[in-house]
Parts: sequence; C-alpha cells; structure tokens
Amino acid sequence: MEQKKTRGDKGSALVIGAGIAGMQSALLLAEMGTKVFLLEQGPAIGGYFPLLDKTFPTNSCGVCFMSPTPPAFCPIYECHLHDNIELLPNSEVMKVEGGGGDFNVSVIRKPRFVDPKRCNLCEACIKVCPVEVEREFGGGLEKRKAIYLPFPQAIPHSLVIDPKTCTRCGECVKVCSPGAIDLDMKEEEEKIEVGAILLGFGFEPFQARRKGEYGFGRYENVLTSIQFERLLSTSSPTQGLPVRVSDGKKMEKIAFIQCVGSRDPSCGQDHCSTICCMYATKQAMIAKERSPGLGVTFFYMDIRPMGKDYERYYERAKKEYGIEYIRSAISSIKELQQTKNLLITYVKEDGTFEEREFDAVVLSLGFTPPQTIKDLAQRMGVQVNQQGFCQTDEFNPSKTSVNGIFVGGAFRGPRDIPETVVEGSSAAASAASFLIPHRLPQPLKEYPIEGALGEEIPKIGVFLCHCGEELKKTLSLFEIILETKLLSEVVHVEEVGLACLPEDLDLIKKRIGEQGLNRIVIAGCSHREIRGAMEEMAKGMGFNPYLIEYANIREQCAFVHLDYPRLATEKAMALIRMAVERAKRSQPIRKGKQKIDKKGLVVGGGLAGMTASLQLAAQGYEVYLIEKEKELGGNLKESFYTLKGSNPQDLLNKLIKQVESNGSVHLYSGAEVLGFEKKNGHYRTKIRHQNEEKSLDHGALILATGGKEITPKGYLYGEDSRVITQRQLEKMAHLNDERLKDVHSVVMIQCVGSRDEEHPYCSRICCSHAVKNALKLKEKDPRINIYVLYRDVRTYGFYETYYHEARGKGVIFIRYDLENKPKVSLQGGSLQVSLLDPAMNSPVTLSADRVVLSAGIEPNDHRELARIFDVDFNSDGFFMEANPKSAPLDSVDRGKFFCGLCHSPNFIEDAISQGNAAAARAGSLLSKEAVEEKAYLAYVIKRLCCGCGLCVTVCPYGARVLNEEEGKAEVIGSLCQGCGSCVIACRNAASQQRNFEKDLNLAALDAVID
Amino acid sequence: MAEFEPRIVAFLCHWCTYTGADLAGTTRQQYPPNIRIIHLMCSGAVDSIYVLKALIDGADGVLIGGCHPGDCHYQTGNFKARRRVAILKGILQQMGFTENRVWLKWISASEGKLFADTVTKMVEELKKMGPNPMKQLWNA
Ligand code: FES
Repeated sequence: MEQKKTRGDKGSALVIGAGIAGMQSALLLAEMGTKVFLLEQGPAIGGYFPLLDKTFPTNSCGVCFMSPTPPAFCPIYECHLHDNIELLPNSEVMKVEGGGGDFNVSVIRKPRFVDPKRCNLCEACIKVCPVEVEREFGGGLEKRKAIYLPFPQAIPHSLVIDPKTCTRCGECVKVCSPGAIDLDMKEEEEKIEVGAILLGFGFEPFQARRKGEYGFGRYENVLTSIQFERLLSTSSPTQGLPVRVSDGKKMEKIAFIQCVGSRDPSCGQDHCSTICCMYATKQAMIAKERSPGLGVTFFYMDIRPMGKDYERYYERAKKEYGIEYIRSAISSIKELQQTKNLLITYVKEDGTFEEREFDAVVLSLGFTPPQTIKDLAQRMGVQVNQQGFCQTDEFNPSKTSVNGIFVGGAFRGPRDIPETVVEGSSAAASAASFLIPHRLPQPLKEYPIEGALGEEIPKIGVFLCHCGEELKKTLSLFEIILETKLLSEVVHVEEVGLACLPEDLDLIKKRIGEQGLNRIVIAGCSHREIRGAMEEMAKGMGFNPYLIEYANIREQCAFVHLDYPRLATEKAMALIRMAVERAKRSQPIRKGKQKIDKKGLVVGGGLAGMTASLQLAAQGYEVYLIEKEKELGGNLKESFYTLKGSNPQDLLNKLIKQVESNGSVHLYSGAEVLGFEKKNGHYRTKIRHQNEEKSLDHGALILATGGKEITPKGYLYGEDSRVITQRQLEKMAHLNDERLKDVHSVVMIQCVGSRDEEHPYCSRICCSHAVKNALKLKEKDPRINIYVLYRDVRTYGFYETYYHEARGKGVIFIRYDLENKPKVSLQGGSLQVSLLDPAMNSPVTLSADRVVLSAGIEPNDHRELARIFDVDFNSDGFFMEANPKSAPLDSVDRGKFFCGLCHSPNFIEDAISQGNAAAARAGSLLSKEAVEEKAYLAYVIKRLCCGCGLCVTVCPYGARVLNEEEGKAEVIGSLCQGCGSCVIACRNAASQQRNFEKDLNLAALDAVID
Repeated sequence: MAEFEPRIVAFLCHWCTYTGADLAGTTRQQYPPNIRIIHLMCSGAVDSIYVLKALIDGADGVLIGGCHPGDCHYQTGNFKARRRVAILKGILQQMGFTENRVWLKWISASEGKLFADTVTKMVEELKKMGPNPMKQLWNA
C-alpha cells in the first residue's frame, strides 16, 4: 500500500457520501469558499438520482436547479467542475482521529484499474470481457461486464473494473488503444486534514427477499420499485415501456404493494419510509402515460402524500389517471403456472377476502441506512438510533453526537428530495459557521493578464483530436484535414492524439505562440467534455477562453453514425465549418463583477426567521430582522411539548435571548415593510419602525413570514366551548387546566380545514399533533377514552413509532371518508359525534366530553408582501419556489429565499432546518466579494434601441431596465443569466447576446446548410 | 436515382437537449446523419428568422429541442418557444406549406435514446414528404 502526504487544512471540510445531500452540502460550502473533499464509496458520484428520469410532484427531472448558482448544470457536473471541490470516488474512510476543528482522516482510495484521464470510452474492452454479472444500477434488471460504466452520466466519466468479479484474464488490456487499463493498480492510503465532517450518506432499499411471502426472486414478474423505476427510464431495456422483461409481454394490469419493509416491526422496520407512496404514485403515472390502457392498483394501509403540493398530485393520480387505491392487507401472492401472472389475495377493510390477477407486481420498498455505514459511524463515535439512522437533537437537526460532525439528508431518516436538499444545505450552514474560526484564506489562483485580442484579423488554428483511435473508425480524418485547410482565415491545421492530455495541451499552447493564433477550433468531443481543460490552459497563458470554439464531431457524429462513414465525414466537415464561422466572429469575453452588500435582511421573527438570522450572523454577516409584532416568537409561543419529548418554550427563550444579545442581528420589532427596490446586486428595503422611516441596504433577503392555525368551520366550534382545537388542548394539558379534570372521553377529528375543497393540501403535522396530545392525555390519565377520527394517518418517518405506541395504549383510530364527515351535535347537553365507520359499514355514535379539532395550517396573508418584494405564491397562498424539487427555498430571483410556514406546513425541526438552509443559500451569495457576471450576457446596441421596452417585459430575471433619460434599454449585468429571450423580443436587432449574436447564429446556419 | 436524403437543422438548448444529444453519443445510440446541430443557450432563443432561413435555404426540416415544461433553465424559455413555433406554423400554413417540417420537442439531458429516436423518426417522415418545396420555388 502506498502512502501519500497529508492534504487539506483545518478550514476545509470532508463530505462523506455524494448523493443529493452530500452534493448539496459540498456545493454550498464550496461556493462559500471552503475547500471540500467529496468522498464517495462507489465508483461514480450522484447517489440514486441518476436512476430517476422523472421526479414527483412535477413529473420532470429538475435536478439541475440544485446548484447554488443558476442557471446550473446537473449537480454531478457542478461538483466535478467546481474549483473548491475535490472528488474522492471509490474511497473509504478508515480512521478518524482528532476532534472537531482538527480531524485527521485516513482514506483508502481503491483502485479503478482504469485511468480516467486516458479512457476514451471506446468500450472495446467491454466487448471482449468474458465476465457478465448483474448490474447494480437499477436493482439488477440488466447485466454488465466486469469492466463497465456505472451509468451513462457517471463522473468520473470513465470505465471502471470491479475487482470482485474480474478474473484478470487481461483481454481488456490488449484491446485498449489509449493504454488506460492497468490491472496492477494498487490501493492507496491518504491522510486528509479537515476542520469539519459532513455525513451525506444516503439510504439503501430494503432487501425484498426478506419478505419472502411476496415472492421476489422466486416469481419472475415480481419486481422491486427500484427495478420498476429503471424499467420506466427511456434508456432501459424496454425503452421505458411497461413490458415484462421476462417474456416481453406488454403489461396490462399491474399492482403496487406499499410498505414493503416499512411500518413493519416484524422485520425490524417500524418506521415509515416517507417517500414510497409518492414515488410509487409517480411510477404509476409515468407507466400509464407510456401505456395508456394499463390498469394500476395500489394495495396500501395509508397513503401519505404530506409534502408541498403532494396531495394534489395524489388526487390527480386518482382522478385524471384512474389509478385505483385499495386499502387492504395482502394475504398471499401466487404465481400462475402457465401465464406467469400473479394472483393476489387480499383482505379489505371490512374483513372480506378478494382475489385479483396481475401481469406484474411492484414492491414499494422501504429504506434502511446503508449497511456499510454502521461500522463507519461507530468508528467515528456517531450515535445512531434504534433503526440505525443518525441520532440528532430535535432542535439541532444537523448536529451529530460528535462535535464538528454534521449530518443532513437520508442518514437522519428517509426523506424526499426537497427535504434532503434543505437538510444538506442546513448541514452546510452549521459546518460553515463551525469552520469560521479555523478558516484560512484560500490562495486565489492567479492567471497572467490576457493579451488584447479581438479586433485584429482572425488567425484560426484548427486542432483535430483523434480521441485515441476512436474517430478514425468512422471518419475519414485525412479528407477532413484537407478540406479544413481550405477554409478562409484558417492558418493552421493539426492532428492531436488526445487533446485532453497534458502533452497535447502543451502542443496546442506552443502552436498558439508560434503561429500567433488568435482563434482556436477544437474538433473532437463535446465541449462539455473538454472545455474545462482547454479553458484552464487558455487562462494559464493569457488567452481569452471565449475565443475557443468546439466542433462536436465525436458525440454528435462519429459515435452515432457508425454505419454511414461517408455521410458522417460530410457532417463532420459541416460542423467544423460552422465552428470556424463562429470563431471568426467571436469576441473575447471578460466577465464583469458586481460588488455585493454583505448583509442579510430577514422578514418575520418566528422560529424560522430567528434561526435564519442567527445562522447568518454566525457566518459573519450583519442581519436586519424585521418583525411586525412587538414580540418575537410567532407560532412557537403556542407550542409547549413535542412528540419527541423536547421543550419548545426553552428553545423559544434561548432564541430570543440570542437574537437580542447578538451584536450582528439588528432587530426591528413592531415594524412594517413599506417598500423594496433592487439595484445592481443591492437591495434596499424601506420600513417604518417606531414611527420613523428607515432604509436598509442588503444583499440577500429571507422571507419567513409564517402561517397560522386554520379557524375551524362547523363542528360546533365557536358555539360550544367544549369543542376546541389541538393547539388549545396542548396549552390546557401543559398548564394542567382545571377544565380537563373531569374529562373521560375525547374525540379528535382530523383533517379539519385540510384536504378539502377550500384547502386542498395536507397540513402535514396534524396527525402527529393528535398522537402527541393523545399520548399526553393518556400519560395524565391512562383510563381516558380517546378516539381519533381520521382519513389517512400520516405519521411519517419516525413519528410512526408514536402512532404505534398510541394504539398500544388504547387510543382508538376510526377512519372516515370525505363524503361522510363526522357530525358533532348536542344531545341533552352533552356532545355527540356520529360517523359512518367504513370498516363496519355502519353508523357509530360517540359521546364526548371534549371534541378536539385537528385544524390545518394556512400561510399568513402575505399578498401585500409578495407584491412589495416581487415574489410569487401558489394557489394555496404559500410562497413559490424556483423549483419544487431541488431549489425548494429559492425564489426565481437570485438572492431571495423562503423558510418556515410561509413556505409550507412543517414541524419545528423542519422549520429549523429550513431557517438554516435559507441562511446557507443566502450565505453562499454573501460570502463573495462580488458576483461574477455570466459570460454570455445580453447587451444593447444603443444606436438601434427605440426604447419600446419589449425586452424589459420578457426578461425573466428583471435584468432589463429602461433608462428613462436616454429612452434606451439597459442590461443589469449581475442579474442577466444569458438566456437570449430579449434578443428575440427586440424588433430592431438592438438587443444582442455576446457570442450568440443574431448574425453569428445565422452565419453558423449558413455554414451547416452548405 | 439515389434515395432522397432530407437535411435537418436542429436548434438545441444548451442544458437539456444538447446534453441529451451528447448522451446519445456516449451511449452509441445510432441515428441517421441527416442532422446538423446548432447550439443555443435556450429554446427560447430560437428566432423565427433562423427557422425560416433554414427552410428557405433548403433545409427539409427544422428541429427545435428544449427542456421539458417546468425544466427550462431560464424559467419560461421553452414556453416562449412553444408559442413562437405555433405562430410560425400558422404562418407557414397560410403560405401554403402545410406539411409539418418544423418540430418542437422536449428532450431532457437523460433522454439520449429519445433524441436518437426523434431524429430517426423525423428523417423517416421527411422522406415520405419529399424535398422541401420552398427551395425549388426559390430556384424557379
Ligand atoms: S434552457 Fe432548455 S429550454 Fe430553456
């Protein structure tokens, strides 16, 4: 084993696990200027998300929006490209020594046996490899060789050998033309010094074979949800169609079985896996879109779509897609001999048995923490809970039991992507503020000053990369060279072996000097592959990187037209002609910078707002905190105990004390927001405070304007004082209120003001709230009778265990349907609740000393604020995020963020995570001295502008303004993202985009049309 | 006579469809070489002029590729493209060009296969339609 010298320093961070949470933490920390090591056990980064073609509730991909600087690429690429992130794939943590602020980590870097720098993905090795095994990606639906690409977008983008199955026959070595394979590569040990460690471990699906009764592994048409997800991907063996892999038969009827390995103490999985209802619903919808005649049936206990906009999604699945949901328990699954169809016997709610036949059955697998993590957690001393997930303090959700080690995402419990993104951000925030005292100034990369290029006559050098032997196979390079030499303004044409290797880059560099080239065209792979290396080379020699053009003759030509060498060569020529035309017209781009006001402004002094303010202050920024009430605290003032046993009032007092004593937090309570304007990366908010108007300048805005308990309608609420809300009950129970003395029977009614016409969303917390209060009452008096009337019990995640406990203690749960809501009436002075019990299909009447309504949550009316700050809200009145999946707390305008109840109903711990996360997103912006403008900015040719303002209307980023004096449009560089909308809107060709000018595009078009 | 080989010009958005086309490459999805791809930042940056010029200059078909609805990296660029293409098609029809030679497709970065299939399909359809009449009119 080879040993390398120690790298890193006390100011840097190690993120373990490169899934959604890990990538999010790494990207945010890196944006804040921290050096990050991103370690991943597997050969490629990305976690589970490369498996997902589509995500709920949008049924689109949307993951690109995760990166902190929009518009961004897929986070996998962003991590790969970020200067401050170093990827450590195929690695494992062996030992962690030292403590918070000064960790010494020993890392084993396992060999890949393929040099990613040399591998050009020709896949010749794959063809000759004799070993075939199950492909892990997609749950073993397909096969792969011992040398393989984990998945098409894998980063590092090269093949890898799996030593467990490789027989070392050496066939691959013989056929590898770039000589990338070395079967004798050794493991290396590395020492890394970091100040903080973040755990971004993902989850592992439950082993379907452990529930033998469902027949997975025995019956060929019983699939896991992971396999079905893969099947629905357009790149799957069935091309995304719901077809049986076993015999190619089109599926006509399929069944989903929910909660396989969830809510099931018999296999040690007593928690709810939270996301299965939604991902299965998504799979069902996609399958039906692909194959409209498909019949889909769900067998389930409770359906739990409790995230933002999830309830609507579920309703759509039922109503628009005709997906059938049957509340039932599975009794048996049998395979039919001839057809290989599956016969499911199930027990319905009313106790009767039924049978149905299906072409395929999908098991919706629950989640466990990865097995390998247990040891690692132990080695680091990180405490885990009973289920093996990370143990955290309820009010400090990103801290583990070890100082300096932080956690976010699925290692805290099963989570959907938005929550994982929030927690990954929250962990990054905690780590960032923890690292502040240890932070060393990062040496900035210095580049030589660029020569003044642009105006002179173009001298174009074209370099044709062979990409190893790859391009030769299809293209006639000889002809291409000959023809290229004839193009006007091309003064140099040369072939290179592998342009991404240092030796060839040096050669290009040399030629630029020798020949005085001022434009470069690289003909070879896609610019996405090679741009990084080329730009680095260019910057290193003071050559403006935007004077390099790329002709994509590999991915878009040689690789895809193997059977048409003649036409492919012609096409390659056309692409090179186009690149040369572009090069002739391209101009050097020097990105401008916009200074930022390094202050934050938070509106709303409830839990989320206070958390965000303190977090920003901890990161070293000044914060203005605006609260409309005299007192801080918001809804937290009304919360007295939590299900997990913490005391919210302690938290409240602590936060208020911290806010009031923190010198960096400037509190304006009893204040009103009057106006808001933005100018060049600066925000100015006008407020009225103590009868005085003030203007506050800041660079980031966080809205935490809160929500409230819905005031119940009906159920005699407000008419009879014995009908109360859960919140009122909580307070009474906490204060040992006299009025609860003689209460022997309590009926709780769920979904009051939730999941109905007026509020068509789930308020997420009410089920747990009811369980919490029921347990409290039972604790005070075990003989008390409690009935909970519910539609679905949505105690997701670990809340499930409390639901279980409540049932164990004799709390009775009775279901009702929306069509038959319970009725509360007075019978001789006492309260009576009547309903239709669907299980018995008979009316039930309960007499109650108290009726407790689980009222939902609605956002405060912040229409006026939304107008002032120019942000959107959804049809339920909650603020609308830039992307519900991967930018859940960001507004479309960069620099505005949301957290807390104004975003969606959530628990105390969620609100804390969101507050921290919003501060992290804001911090990643404020940490910079200046925002760098985008390269391909729009600009205005003033001479041609008539001041019509069309461009101002179409710009989605508010980056366009009309200069009233001149009567001309202008571009705010720091806001322009370079989409080109304004170029199209302009009628006078006054609006143009750098290096995408209209005539440049037209010239490119001319060049390809010949 | 050799079989008619249609010529297609494609305008692909940087974030999704162009990347999807690259993925078709890395995964070696084969499709006919009748297409020339022009790279733009967003489908919302495709001017009608580009499409018209392509058709007038003799392209037999134009493919515009963008992110799926909701996935545009510039919020609404693809919706703008959708509206623009609808109008453009209306105009072309008014002028008597009733065939569907302008295709707008949403193809994400992970849909390499879909990209290849789309091109294959488009070539097939265009072969059935025959050469773009606009060019001949022009020449006459
Ligand atoms: S960025 Fe792809 S369509 Fe706008």
